[in-house]
Amino acid sequence: MLHKLRQQKAYHLMLIPSVLLVFIFSYIPFYGLVIAFQKYNPGLGFHSPWVGWDNFQHVFNQPNFVRTIWNTLYMSFFKIIGGIIVPVTFAILLNEVAHSAVKRTFQTLVYIPNFLSWVIMAGILLDILGSDGIINSFLSVFGIKPVSFLGSPSIFPWTMIVSDIWKGFGFGTVVYLAALTSIDPGLYEAALIDGAKRWKQTLHITLPLLMPTIVLMSVLSLGNVLNAGFDQIYNLYSPIVYQSGDIIDTYVYRLGIQQAQYSVGAAVGLFKSVVSCIMIVLSYVLANKVAGYRIF
Amino acid sequence: MVQDRSLSRRAFLVFNYIFLLLTSVLCILPFVNLLAVSFSGSAAVSAGEVAFWPVDFTTKAYEFALSGDRFITALWVSVERVILGTAVNLILLVLTAYPLSKTKSKVMGRNLYMAFFMITMLFNGGLIPTYLVVVKTGLINSIWALILPGALPVFSMIILMNFIRGLPEEIEESAVIDGAGPLQVLVRILLPLLKPALATVGLFSIVGHWNSWFDGIIYMNDMSKYPIQSYLQTLLLNFDEIMMKSGTDYTELLSKMNARTGRAAELFLGALPILAVYPFLQKYFTTGLVLGSVKG
Repeated sequence: MLHKLRQQKAYHLMLIPSVLLVFIFSYIPFYGLVIAFQKYNPGLGFHSPWVGWDNFQHVFNQPNFVRTIWNTLYMSFFKIIGGIIVPVTFAILLNEVAHSAVKRTFQTLVYIPNFLSWVIMAGILLDILGSDGIINSFLSVFGIKPVSFLGSPSIFPWTMIVSDIWKGFGFGTVVYLAALTSIDPGLYEAALIDGAKRWKQTLHITLPLLMPTIVLMSVLSLGNVLNAGFDQIYNLYSPIVYQSGDIIDTYVYRLGIQQAQYSVGAAVGLFKSVVSCIMIVLSYVLANKVAGYRIF
Repeated sequence: MVQDRSLSRRAFLVFNYIFLLLTSVLCILPFVNLLAVSFSGSAAVSAGEVAFWPVDFTTKAYEFALSGDRFITALWVSVERVILGTAVNLILLVLTAYPLSKTKSKVMGRNLYMAFFMITMLFNGGLIPTYLVVVKTGLINSIWALILPGALPVFSMIILMNFIRGLPEEIEESAVIDGAGPLQVLVRILLPLLKPALATVGLFSIVGHWNSWFDGIIYMNDMSKYPIQSYLQTLLLNFDEIMMKSGTDYTELLSKMNARTGRAAELFLGALPILAVYPFLQKYFTTGLVLGSVKG
Protein backbone atom coordinates (compact mmCIF):
# COMPACT_ATOMS: atom_id res chain seq x y z
CA MET A 1 0.00 0.00 0.00
CA LEU A 2 2.78 2.40 0.90
CA HIS A 3 4.58 1.47 -2.27
CA LYS A 4 1.41 2.14 -4.22
CA LEU A 5 0.99 5.54 -2.60
CA ARG A 6 4.57 6.48 -3.46
CA GLN A 7 3.92 5.58 -7.07
CA GLN A 8 0.84 7.79 -7.08
CA LYS A 9 2.43 10.61 -5.15
CA ALA A 10 2.51 12.95 -8.16
CA TYR A 11 -1.24 12.64 -8.70
CA HIS A 12 -2.03 13.47 -5.09
CA LEU A 13 0.39 16.39 -5.10
CA MET A 14 -1.39 17.79 -8.16
CA LEU A 15 -4.69 17.72 -6.28
CA ILE A 16 -3.41 19.54 -3.18
CA PRO A 17 -3.92 23.17 -4.33
CA SER A 18 -7.52 22.57 -5.41
CA VAL A 19 -8.38 20.56 -2.31
CA LEU A 20 -6.96 23.28 -0.08
CA LEU A 21 -8.72 26.16 -1.82
CA VAL A 22 -12.06 24.35 -2.00
CA PHE A 23 -11.69 23.39 1.65
CA ILE A 24 -11.08 26.99 2.72
CA PHE A 25 -13.68 28.72 0.59
CA SER A 26 -16.41 26.07 0.43
CA TYR A 27 -16.06 23.75 3.41
CA ILE A 28 -15.16 26.23 6.14
CA PRO A 29 -18.30 28.26 5.20
CA PHE A 30 -20.33 25.05 5.75
CA TYR A 31 -18.90 24.97 9.23
CA GLY A 32 -19.54 28.70 9.45
CA LEU A 33 -23.26 27.97 9.29
CA VAL A 34 -23.02 27.27 13.05
CA ILE A 35 -23.32 31.03 13.55
CA ALA A 36 -26.99 30.64 12.63
CA PHE A 37 -27.32 29.18 16.14
CA GLN A 38 -25.04 31.75 17.75
CA LYS A 39 -25.03 35.43 18.52
CA TYR A 40 -22.17 36.33 16.21
CA ASN A 41 -19.36 38.36 17.66
CA PRO A 42 -16.59 39.32 15.20
CA GLY A 43 -13.93 38.87 17.91
CA LEU A 44 -14.99 35.31 18.64
CA GLY A 45 -15.77 34.34 15.05
CA PHE A 46 -17.37 30.92 14.70
CA HIS A 47 -17.01 30.33 18.45
CA SER A 48 -19.57 32.93 19.48
CA PRO A 49 -22.10 32.21 22.29
CA TRP A 50 -24.87 29.75 21.45
CA VAL A 51 -28.46 30.99 21.32
CA GLY A 52 -30.30 27.95 19.96
CA TRP A 53 -33.12 28.71 17.52
CA ASP A 54 -33.43 32.38 18.50
CA ASN A 55 -32.25 33.72 15.15
CA PHE A 56 -34.74 31.55 13.27
CA GLN A 57 -37.56 32.56 15.60
CA HIS A 58 -36.63 36.20 15.21
CA VAL A 59 -36.61 36.11 11.43
CA PHE A 60 -39.76 34.02 11.00
CA ASN A 61 -41.63 36.45 13.23
CA GLN A 62 -40.88 39.26 10.84
CA PRO A 63 -43.92 39.79 8.62
CA ASN A 64 -41.57 40.98 5.85
CA PHE A 65 -39.70 37.70 5.79
CA VAL A 66 -42.74 35.51 5.17
CA ARG A 67 -43.61 37.88 2.34
CA THR A 68 -40.18 37.41 0.75
CA ILE A 69 -40.66 33.62 0.74
CA TRP A 70 -43.95 34.04 -1.10
CA ASN A 71 -42.40 36.51 -3.58
CA THR A 72 -39.49 34.16 -4.20
CA LEU A 73 -41.72 31.15 -4.87
CA TYR A 74 -44.12 33.16 -7.03
CA MET A 75 -41.44 34.59 -9.31
CA SER A 76 -39.29 31.48 -9.56
CA PHE A 77 -42.35 29.31 -10.32
CA PHE A 78 -43.27 31.37 -13.38
CA LYS A 79 -39.65 31.82 -14.40
CA ILE A 80 -39.14 28.04 -14.38
CA ILE A 81 -42.38 27.32 -16.28
CA GLY A 82 -41.75 30.05 -18.85
CA GLY A 83 -38.09 29.09 -19.01
CA ILE A 84 -39.17 25.67 -20.28
CA ILE A 85 -42.16 26.45 -22.49
CA VAL A 86 -40.61 29.37 -24.38
CA PRO A 87 -37.32 27.72 -25.46
CA VAL A 88 -39.00 24.38 -26.27
CA THR A 89 -41.55 26.15 -28.48
CA PHE A 90 -38.91 28.35 -30.04
CA ALA A 91 -36.59 25.42 -30.72
CA ILE A 92 -39.37 23.37 -32.35
CA LEU A 93 -40.36 26.30 -34.57
CA LEU A 94 -36.73 27.04 -35.40
CA ASN A 95 -36.23 23.41 -36.34
CA GLU A 96 -38.88 23.83 -39.06
CA VAL A 97 -36.58 26.26 -40.88
CA ALA A 98 -34.92 24.44 -43.75
CA HIS A 99 -32.07 26.86 -44.51
CA SER A 100 -29.29 26.19 -42.04
CA ALA A 101 -27.79 29.68 -42.45
CA VAL A 102 -31.11 31.32 -41.53
CA LYS A 103 -31.53 28.95 -38.62
CA ARG A 104 -28.06 29.78 -37.35
CA THR A 105 -28.68 33.51 -37.63
CA PHE A 106 -31.86 33.35 -35.53
CA GLN A 107 -30.09 31.19 -32.99
CA THR A 108 -27.16 33.60 -32.82
CA LEU A 109 -29.44 36.56 -32.19
CA VAL A 110 -31.48 35.04 -29.38
CA TYR A 111 -28.39 33.67 -27.63
CA ILE A 112 -26.71 37.10 -27.19
CA PRO A 113 -28.51 38.38 -24.04
CA ASN A 114 -27.46 35.21 -22.24
CA PHE A 115 -23.81 36.27 -22.17
CA LEU A 116 -24.22 39.76 -20.77
CA SER A 117 -24.24 40.40 -17.05
CA TRP A 118 -27.42 41.36 -15.23
CA VAL A 119 -25.81 44.72 -14.45
CA ILE A 120 -25.76 45.57 -18.15
CA MET A 121 -29.17 44.05 -18.78
CA ALA A 122 -30.57 45.97 -15.80
CA GLY A 123 -29.06 49.17 -17.15
CA ILE A 124 -30.77 48.55 -20.47
CA LEU A 125 -34.09 47.67 -18.83
CA LEU A 126 -33.96 50.76 -16.59
CA ASP A 127 -33.53 52.82 -19.72
CA ILE A 128 -36.10 51.24 -22.03
CA LEU A 129 -38.74 50.71 -19.32
CA GLY A 130 -38.46 54.20 -17.81
CA SER A 131 -41.27 56.74 -18.09
CA ASP A 132 -39.52 58.39 -21.06
CA GLY A 133 -37.98 55.15 -22.33
CA ILE A 134 -38.63 53.65 -25.72
CA ILE A 135 -41.33 51.20 -24.61
CA ASN A 136 -43.50 53.87 -23.06
CA SER A 137 -42.89 56.14 -26.07
CA PHE A 138 -44.07 53.27 -28.25
CA LEU A 139 -47.15 52.64 -26.09
CA SER A 140 -48.07 56.32 -26.16
CA VAL A 141 -48.46 56.06 -29.95
CA PHE A 142 -51.49 53.88 -29.22
CA GLY A 143 -52.73 56.30 -26.58
CA ILE A 144 -51.65 54.05 -23.69
CA LYS A 145 -50.60 55.95 -20.58
CA PRO A 146 -47.02 55.35 -19.34
CA VAL A 147 -46.73 52.05 -17.51
CA SER A 148 -44.55 51.92 -14.41
CA PHE A 149 -42.89 48.58 -15.16
CA LEU A 150 -40.39 48.83 -12.32
CA GLY A 151 -42.24 51.06 -9.89
CA SER A 152 -45.61 49.40 -9.59
CA PRO A 153 -45.80 46.53 -7.07
CA SER A 154 -48.41 44.69 -9.13
CA ILE A 155 -46.42 44.85 -12.38
CA PHE A 156 -42.85 44.48 -11.03
CA PRO A 157 -42.86 40.66 -10.57
CA TRP A 158 -44.05 40.19 -14.14
CA THR A 159 -41.40 42.55 -15.46
CA MET A 160 -38.89 40.29 -13.68
CA ILE A 161 -40.44 37.08 -15.01
CA VAL A 162 -40.65 38.25 -18.61
CA SER A 163 -37.19 39.85 -18.70
CA ASP A 164 -35.63 36.77 -17.12
CA ILE A 165 -37.17 34.54 -19.76
CA TRP A 166 -36.08 37.01 -22.44
CA LYS A 167 -32.48 36.94 -21.24
CA GLY A 168 -32.27 33.18 -20.79
CA PHE A 169 -34.34 31.48 -23.47
CA GLY A 170 -31.53 31.53 -26.06
CA PHE A 171 -29.56 29.09 -23.94
CA GLY A 172 -32.52 26.71 -23.62
CA THR A 173 -33.11 27.01 -27.35
CA VAL A 174 -29.57 25.86 -28.10
CA VAL A 175 -29.93 22.91 -25.72
CA TYR A 176 -33.29 21.79 -27.15
CA LEU A 177 -32.18 22.35 -30.72
CA ALA A 178 -29.22 20.05 -30.11
CA ALA A 179 -31.65 17.42 -28.82
CA LEU A 180 -33.95 17.95 -31.83
CA THR A 181 -31.24 17.46 -34.43
CA SER A 182 -30.41 14.08 -32.91
CA ILE A 183 -33.92 12.78 -33.65
CA ASP A 184 -33.87 10.19 -36.44
CA PRO A 185 -35.53 11.74 -39.55
CA GLY A 186 -36.72 8.27 -40.52
CA LEU A 187 -39.31 8.49 -37.75
CA TYR A 188 -40.94 11.50 -39.44
CA GLU A 189 -40.93 9.83 -42.82
CA ALA A 190 -42.59 6.74 -41.36
CA ALA A 191 -45.18 8.95 -39.67
CA LEU A 192 -45.87 10.81 -42.90
CA ILE A 193 -46.47 7.55 -44.75
CA ASP A 194 -48.92 6.65 -41.99
CA GLY A 195 -50.70 9.94 -42.74
CA ALA A 196 -49.58 11.93 -39.72
CA LYS A 197 -49.45 15.64 -40.51
CA ARG A 198 -46.81 17.99 -39.11
CA TRP A 199 -48.77 18.89 -36.01
CA LYS A 200 -49.39 15.22 -35.17
CA GLN A 201 -45.70 14.48 -35.75
CA THR A 202 -44.70 17.21 -33.32
CA LEU A 203 -47.13 15.91 -30.73
CA HIS A 204 -46.27 12.23 -31.04
CA ILE A 205 -42.62 12.17 -32.09
CA THR A 206 -40.86 15.44 -31.30
CA LEU A 207 -42.26 16.12 -27.84
CA PRO A 208 -41.85 12.58 -26.45
CA LEU A 209 -38.26 12.46 -27.73
CA LEU A 210 -37.52 15.87 -26.21
CA MET A 211 -38.89 14.73 -22.85
CA PRO A 212 -35.61 13.47 -21.33
CA THR A 213 -33.98 16.84 -22.03
CA ILE A 214 -37.02 18.74 -20.71
CA VAL A 215 -37.03 16.62 -17.56
CA LEU A 216 -33.31 17.13 -17.04
CA MET A 217 -33.59 20.91 -17.44
CA SER A 218 -36.63 21.08 -15.13
CA VAL A 219 -34.92 19.03 -12.44
CA LEU A 220 -31.85 21.22 -12.63
CA SER A 221 -34.01 24.33 -12.25
CA LEU A 222 -36.07 22.89 -9.37
CA GLY A 223 -32.98 23.01 -7.15
CA ASN A 224 -33.05 26.74 -7.81
CA VAL A 225 -36.63 27.28 -6.72
CA LEU A 226 -35.54 29.52 -3.84
CA ASN A 227 -33.18 31.49 -6.08
CA ALA A 228 -35.55 33.87 -7.79
CA GLY A 229 -32.65 35.75 -9.40
CA PHE A 230 -30.67 37.93 -7.01
CA ASP A 231 -28.54 39.52 -9.74
CA GLN A 232 -31.60 40.64 -11.64
CA ILE A 233 -33.80 41.81 -8.78
CA TYR A 234 -31.08 43.54 -6.77
CA ASN A 235 -30.28 45.71 -9.78
CA LEU A 236 -33.88 46.56 -10.63
CA TYR A 237 -35.89 46.77 -7.43
CA SER A 238 -36.44 49.69 -5.11
CA PRO A 239 -38.19 50.16 -1.73
CA ILE A 240 -41.51 50.95 -3.43
CA VAL A 241 -41.75 47.43 -4.83
CA TYR A 242 -40.39 45.52 -1.78
CA GLN A 243 -43.88 44.21 -1.01
CA SER A 244 -43.98 42.18 -4.22
CA GLY A 245 -40.37 42.18 -5.40
CA ASP A 246 -38.20 41.51 -2.35
CA ILE A 247 -36.85 37.95 -2.40
CA ILE A 248 -35.01 35.83 0.17
CA ASP A 249 -31.57 36.59 -1.26
CA THR A 250 -32.05 40.36 -1.43
CA TYR A 251 -33.47 40.24 2.10
CA VAL A 252 -30.44 38.28 3.38
CA TYR A 253 -28.09 40.73 1.69
CA ARG A 254 -29.71 43.79 3.25
CA LEU A 255 -29.96 42.17 6.66
CA GLY A 256 -26.74 40.19 6.72
CA ILE A 257 -24.23 42.37 4.89
CA GLN A 258 -25.62 45.90 4.90
CA GLN A 259 -26.93 45.79 8.48
CA ALA A 260 -24.21 43.34 9.61
CA GLN A 261 -26.72 41.01 11.30
CA TYR A 262 -24.55 38.04 10.37
CA SER A 263 -26.28 35.42 12.52
CA VAL A 264 -29.78 36.20 11.27
CA GLY A 265 -28.50 36.28 7.69
CA ALA A 266 -26.81 32.93 8.13
CA ALA A 267 -30.01 31.47 9.64
CA VAL A 268 -31.99 32.46 6.55
CA GLY A 269 -29.19 31.09 4.37
CA LEU A 270 -29.28 27.78 6.23
CA PHE A 271 -33.06 27.58 5.93
CA LYS A 272 -32.69 28.17 2.20
CA SER A 273 -30.00 25.51 1.79
CA VAL A 274 -32.08 22.91 3.62
CA VAL A 275 -35.15 23.57 1.48
CA SER A 276 -33.04 23.57 -1.72
CA CYS A 277 -31.43 20.30 -0.65
CA ILE A 278 -34.86 18.70 -0.14
CA MET A 279 -35.99 20.04 -3.53
CA ILE A 280 -32.92 18.66 -5.30
CA VAL A 281 -33.35 15.19 -3.78
CA LEU A 282 -37.10 15.26 -4.41
CA SER A 283 -36.78 16.33 -8.02
CA TYR A 284 -34.06 13.76 -8.59
CA VAL A 285 -36.27 10.97 -7.22
CA LEU A 286 -39.20 12.28 -9.26
CA ALA A 287 -37.18 12.42 -12.46
CA ASN A 288 -35.99 8.90 -11.85
CA LYS A 289 -39.47 7.56 -11.07
CA VAL A 290 -41.54 9.45 -13.63
CA ALA A 291 -39.17 9.64 -16.56
CA GLY A 292 -36.72 6.91 -15.61
CA TYR A 293 -34.02 9.50 -15.96
CA ARG A 294 -30.78 9.26 -14.01
CA ILE A 295 -28.62 12.34 -13.80
CA PHE A 296 -25.71 11.26 -11.67
CA MET B 1 -37.30 14.10 -46.14
CA VAL B 2 -40.64 13.98 -47.94
CA GLN B 3 -41.67 17.50 -48.90
CA ASP B 4 -45.05 18.72 -47.84
CA ARG B 5 -46.25 21.39 -50.28
CA SER B 6 -49.84 21.87 -49.15
CA LEU B 7 -51.25 25.36 -48.79
CA SER B 8 -51.56 25.10 -45.01
CA ARG B 9 -47.95 24.02 -44.74
CA ARG B 10 -46.75 26.98 -46.80
CA ALA B 11 -48.90 29.37 -44.80
CA PHE B 12 -47.40 27.94 -41.61
CA LEU B 13 -43.87 28.39 -42.92
CA VAL B 14 -44.50 32.04 -43.79
CA PHE B 15 -45.97 32.81 -40.38
CA ASN B 16 -43.20 30.82 -38.72
CA TYR B 17 -40.54 32.91 -40.46
CA ILE B 18 -42.26 36.14 -39.44
CA PHE B 19 -42.63 34.98 -35.86
CA LEU B 20 -38.99 33.84 -35.58
CA LEU B 21 -37.76 37.03 -37.18
CA LEU B 22 -39.77 39.22 -34.80
CA THR B 23 -38.64 37.29 -31.73
CA SER B 24 -35.00 37.34 -32.76
CA VAL B 25 -35.09 41.04 -33.55
CA LEU B 26 -36.75 41.67 -30.16
CA CYS B 27 -33.66 40.15 -28.55
CA ILE B 28 -31.30 42.69 -30.04
CA LEU B 29 -33.45 45.81 -30.42
CA PRO B 30 -32.78 46.87 -26.81
CA PHE B 31 -29.05 46.88 -27.60
CA VAL B 32 -29.60 48.90 -30.75
CA ASN B 33 -31.66 51.35 -28.70
CA LEU B 34 -28.88 51.57 -26.09
CA LEU B 35 -26.34 52.28 -28.79
CA ALA B 36 -28.57 54.93 -30.40
CA VAL B 37 -29.18 56.63 -27.03
CA SER B 38 -25.46 56.66 -26.24
CA PHE B 39 -24.71 58.58 -29.47
CA SER B 40 -27.64 61.00 -29.25
CA GLY B 41 -27.97 64.53 -27.91
CA SER B 42 -29.44 64.91 -24.44
CA ALA B 43 -32.45 66.96 -25.55
CA ALA B 44 -33.54 64.39 -28.12
CA VAL B 45 -33.21 61.57 -25.59
CA SER B 46 -35.21 63.42 -22.94
CA ALA B 47 -37.92 64.15 -25.48
CA GLY B 48 -38.17 60.45 -26.29
CA GLU B 49 -37.23 60.99 -29.93
CA VAL B 50 -34.50 58.35 -30.08
CA ALA B 51 -35.43 54.87 -31.22
CA PHE B 52 -32.89 52.88 -33.18
CA TRP B 53 -30.83 55.59 -34.80
CA PRO B 54 -28.94 58.43 -33.06
CA VAL B 55 -30.59 61.87 -33.13
CA ASP B 56 -28.23 64.90 -33.00
CA PHE B 57 -25.23 62.60 -33.26
CA THR B 58 -22.56 63.27 -30.63
CA THR B 59 -19.75 61.32 -29.01
CA LYS B 60 -19.86 63.48 -25.88
CA ALA B 61 -21.07 60.61 -23.67
CA TYR B 62 -18.09 58.48 -24.71
CA GLU B 63 -15.67 61.35 -24.21
CA PHE B 64 -17.10 61.80 -20.74
CA ALA B 65 -16.77 58.08 -19.98
CA LEU B 66 -13.12 58.00 -20.99
CA SER B 67 -12.22 61.33 -19.38
CA GLY B 68 -11.21 61.05 -15.75
CA ASP B 69 -10.07 57.84 -14.11
CA ARG B 70 -13.34 56.20 -13.05
CA PHE B 71 -13.99 54.05 -16.08
CA ILE B 72 -10.39 53.32 -17.04
CA THR B 73 -9.45 52.28 -13.50
CA ALA B 74 -12.35 49.83 -13.31
CA LEU B 75 -11.53 48.54 -16.78
CA TRP B 76 -7.95 47.90 -15.72
CA VAL B 77 -9.04 46.02 -12.58
CA SER B 78 -11.24 43.82 -14.77
CA VAL B 79 -8.47 43.14 -17.26
CA GLU B 80 -6.17 42.15 -14.40
CA ARG B 81 -8.90 40.01 -12.90
CA VAL B 82 -9.69 38.23 -16.15
CA ILE B 83 -6.03 37.44 -16.91
CA LEU B 84 -5.09 36.39 -13.38
CA GLY B 85 -8.38 34.64 -12.65
CA THR B 86 -8.45 32.69 -15.89
CA ALA B 87 -4.81 31.65 -15.46
CA VAL B 88 -5.49 30.38 -11.93
CA ASN B 89 -8.65 28.61 -13.12
CA LEU B 90 -6.85 26.89 -15.99
CA ILE B 91 -3.87 25.75 -13.91
CA LEU B 92 -6.09 24.28 -11.21
CA LEU B 93 -8.45 22.76 -13.78
CA VAL B 94 -5.64 20.87 -15.51
CA LEU B 95 -4.00 19.81 -12.24
CA THR B 96 -7.34 18.52 -10.92
CA ALA B 97 -8.96 17.03 -14.01
CA TYR B 98 -5.93 14.92 -14.96
CA PRO B 99 -5.62 12.84 -11.76
CA LEU B 100 -9.40 12.56 -11.52
CA SER B 101 -9.62 11.20 -15.06
CA LYS B 102 -7.85 8.08 -13.73
CA THR B 103 -9.73 5.17 -12.21
CA LYS B 104 -9.66 4.67 -8.45
CA SER B 105 -7.26 1.75 -8.86
CA LYS B 106 -4.69 4.13 -10.33
CA VAL B 107 -5.35 7.05 -7.97
CA MET B 108 -6.32 5.98 -4.48
CA GLY B 109 -9.34 7.83 -3.14
CA ARG B 110 -10.24 9.16 -6.59
CA ASN B 111 -13.99 8.82 -5.91
CA LEU B 112 -13.61 10.51 -2.55
CA TYR B 113 -11.87 13.50 -4.16
CA MET B 114 -14.62 13.57 -6.77
CA ALA B 115 -17.38 13.63 -4.13
CA PHE B 116 -15.47 16.33 -2.24
CA PHE B 117 -15.60 18.61 -5.30
CA MET B 118 -19.10 17.63 -6.51
CA ILE B 119 -20.72 18.46 -3.17
CA THR B 120 -19.73 22.10 -3.58
CA MET B 121 -21.66 22.20 -6.84
CA LEU B 122 -24.90 21.27 -5.10
CA PHE B 123 -24.56 22.99 -1.74
CA ASN B 124 -22.77 25.97 -0.30
CA GLY B 125 -22.48 27.72 3.00
CA GLY B 126 -24.37 30.69 1.65
CA LEU B 127 -23.55 34.35 1.39
CA ILE B 128 -22.84 35.27 5.02
CA PRO B 129 -20.46 32.47 6.11
CA THR B 130 -18.55 32.74 2.81
CA TYR B 131 -18.24 36.48 3.29
CA LEU B 132 -16.99 36.01 6.86
CA VAL B 133 -14.39 33.47 5.72
CA VAL B 134 -13.08 35.86 3.07
CA VAL B 135 -12.92 38.60 5.74
CA LYS B 136 -10.99 36.24 8.06
CA THR B 137 -8.46 35.31 5.36
CA GLY B 138 -7.58 39.01 5.08
CA LEU B 139 -8.29 39.12 1.35
CA ILE B 140 -10.72 42.04 1.60
CA ASN B 141 -9.72 44.83 -0.78
CA SER B 142 -7.31 42.52 -2.60
CA ILE B 143 -7.91 41.25 -6.13
CA TRP B 144 -7.37 37.70 -4.80
CA ALA B 145 -10.74 37.94 -3.02
CA LEU B 146 -12.27 37.90 -6.50
CA ILE B 147 -10.15 35.00 -7.72
CA LEU B 148 -9.46 32.49 -4.95
CA PRO B 149 -13.02 31.70 -3.72
CA GLY B 150 -13.93 30.42 -7.19
CA ALA B 151 -10.46 29.17 -8.10
CA LEU B 152 -11.72 25.73 -9.16
CA PRO B 153 -14.84 25.88 -11.35
CA VAL B 154 -16.14 22.36 -10.75
CA PHE B 155 -18.43 22.22 -13.78
CA SER B 156 -15.51 23.09 -16.09
CA MET B 157 -13.37 20.53 -14.28
CA ILE B 158 -15.91 17.80 -15.10
CA ILE B 159 -15.97 18.87 -18.76
CA LEU B 160 -12.18 18.70 -18.92
CA MET B 161 -12.04 15.38 -17.07
CA ASN B 162 -14.50 13.82 -19.51
CA PHE B 163 -12.47 15.19 -22.38
CA ILE B 164 -9.27 13.59 -21.06
CA ARG B 165 -11.11 10.29 -20.61
CA GLY B 166 -12.14 10.44 -24.25
CA LEU B 167 -8.53 10.56 -25.46
CA PRO B 168 -6.97 7.27 -26.62
CA GLU B 169 -5.10 5.64 -23.75
CA GLU B 170 -2.25 4.44 -25.95
CA ILE B 171 -0.82 7.98 -26.20
CA GLU B 172 -0.20 8.11 -22.47
CA GLU B 173 0.88 4.48 -22.17
CA SER B 174 3.66 4.81 -24.74
CA ALA B 175 5.02 7.85 -22.89
CA VAL B 176 4.98 5.95 -19.60
CA ILE B 177 6.92 3.09 -21.19
CA ASP B 178 9.50 5.67 -22.28
CA GLY B 179 9.91 6.53 -18.61
CA ALA B 180 7.87 9.71 -18.33
CA GLY B 181 6.37 10.54 -14.91
CA PRO B 182 2.80 11.84 -14.41
CA LEU B 183 3.80 15.52 -14.53
CA GLN B 184 5.83 15.03 -17.71
CA VAL B 185 2.95 13.14 -19.33
CA LEU B 186 0.60 15.95 -18.38
CA VAL B 187 2.78 18.83 -19.61
CA ARG B 188 4.43 17.29 -22.67
CA ILE B 189 1.82 14.87 -24.00
CA LEU B 190 -1.62 15.85 -22.73
CA LEU B 191 -1.48 19.64 -22.68
CA PRO B 192 -1.17 20.03 -26.47
CA LEU B 193 -4.07 17.62 -26.95
CA LEU B 194 -6.24 19.51 -24.47
CA LYS B 195 -6.25 22.76 -26.45
CA PRO B 196 -9.87 22.62 -27.73
CA ALA B 197 -11.23 21.71 -24.30
CA LEU B 198 -9.08 24.36 -22.62
CA ALA B 199 -10.40 26.94 -25.07
CA THR B 200 -13.93 26.07 -24.01
CA VAL B 201 -13.40 26.16 -20.24
CA GLY B 202 -11.09 29.17 -20.61
CA LEU B 203 -13.89 31.09 -22.32
CA PHE B 204 -16.27 30.09 -19.51
CA SER B 205 -13.77 31.60 -17.06
CA ILE B 206 -13.19 34.76 -19.06
CA VAL B 207 -16.90 35.47 -19.37
CA GLY B 208 -17.51 34.55 -15.73
CA HIS B 209 -14.78 36.87 -14.46
CA TRP B 210 -15.76 39.68 -16.79
CA ASN B 211 -19.44 39.50 -15.82
CA SER B 212 -19.03 39.14 -12.04
CA TRP B 213 -20.08 42.21 -10.11
CA PHE B 214 -21.42 41.18 -6.72
CA ASP B 215 -18.15 39.90 -5.24
CA GLY B 216 -16.49 43.18 -6.20
CA ILE B 217 -19.13 45.12 -4.30
CA ILE B 218 -18.95 43.09 -1.10
CA TYR B 219 -15.21 42.32 -1.00
CA MET B 220 -13.80 45.68 -2.11
CA ASN B 221 -14.21 48.57 0.31
CA ASP B 222 -12.47 50.97 -1.97
CA MET B 223 -14.36 52.00 -5.13
CA SER B 224 -11.10 52.39 -7.04
CA LYS B 225 -10.65 48.61 -6.71
CA TYR B 226 -14.03 47.78 -8.27
CA PRO B 227 -13.95 45.70 -11.45
CA ILE B 228 -15.91 47.11 -14.38
CA GLN B 229 -19.24 45.38 -13.71
CA SER B 230 -19.27 46.41 -10.05
CA TYR B 231 -18.44 49.94 -11.15
CA LEU B 232 -21.26 49.87 -13.72
CA GLN B 233 -23.62 48.64 -11.01
CA THR B 234 -22.96 51.78 -8.99
CA LEU B 235 -23.79 53.86 -12.08
CA LEU B 236 -27.27 52.47 -12.52
CA LEU B 237 -28.90 54.81 -10.06
CA ASN B 238 -26.65 57.79 -9.55
CA PHE B 239 -25.10 58.88 -12.79
CA ASP B 240 -26.19 62.48 -12.18
CA GLU B 241 -24.00 62.56 -9.11
CA ILE B 242 -20.97 61.48 -11.12
CA MET B 243 -21.65 64.21 -13.67
CA MET B 244 -21.93 66.81 -10.92
CA LYS B 245 -18.68 65.71 -9.30
CA SER B 246 -16.76 65.45 -12.57
CA GLY B 247 -15.30 68.93 -12.28
CA THR B 248 -16.66 70.21 -15.60
CA ASP B 249 -19.43 72.80 -15.67
CA TYR B 250 -22.57 70.75 -14.88
CA THR B 251 -25.02 73.00 -16.77
CA GLU B 252 -22.82 73.02 -19.82
CA LEU B 253 -22.39 69.26 -19.60
CA LEU B 254 -26.16 68.78 -19.36
CA SER B 255 -26.68 70.62 -22.66
CA LYS B 256 -24.68 67.94 -24.46
CA MET B 257 -25.35 64.78 -22.50
CA ASN B 258 -27.46 63.55 -19.61
CA ALA B 259 -27.55 60.61 -17.21
CA ARG B 260 -29.25 58.42 -19.80
CA THR B 261 -26.80 59.01 -22.64
CA GLY B 262 -23.80 58.82 -20.28
CA ARG B 263 -24.97 55.60 -18.69
CA ALA B 264 -25.79 54.08 -22.08
CA ALA B 265 -22.27 54.82 -23.34
CA GLU B 266 -20.57 53.21 -20.34
CA LEU B 267 -22.89 50.19 -20.38
CA PHE B 268 -22.19 49.69 -24.05
CA LEU B 269 -18.44 49.89 -23.46
CA GLY B 270 -18.85 47.34 -20.66
CA ALA B 271 -20.70 44.96 -22.97
CA LEU B 272 -18.39 45.48 -25.94
CA PRO B 273 -15.70 42.89 -25.07
CA ILE B 274 -18.35 40.19 -24.71
CA LEU B 275 -19.97 41.17 -28.00
CA ALA B 276 -16.52 41.13 -29.63
CA VAL B 277 -15.77 37.55 -28.60
CA TYR B 278 -19.38 36.43 -29.05
CA PRO B 279 -18.76 34.43 -32.26
CA PHE B 280 -16.19 32.32 -30.39
CA LEU B 281 -18.40 32.11 -27.34
CA GLN B 282 -21.26 30.71 -29.30
CA LYS B 283 -19.09 28.11 -30.97
CA TYR B 284 -17.28 26.97 -27.82
CA PHE B 285 -20.24 27.11 -25.47
CA THR B 286 -22.07 24.69 -27.72
CA THR B 287 -18.97 22.47 -27.80
CA GLY B 288 -18.90 22.71 -24.02
CA LEU B 289 -22.46 21.46 -23.80
CA VAL B 290 -21.58 18.49 -25.96
CA LEU B 291 -18.34 17.76 -24.07
CA GLY B 292 -20.09 18.09 -20.73
CA SER B 293 -22.80 15.67 -21.69
CA VAL B 294 -20.34 12.80 -22.02
CA LYS B 295 -21.00 10.80 -18.89
CA GLY B 296 -17.99 10.16 -16.64
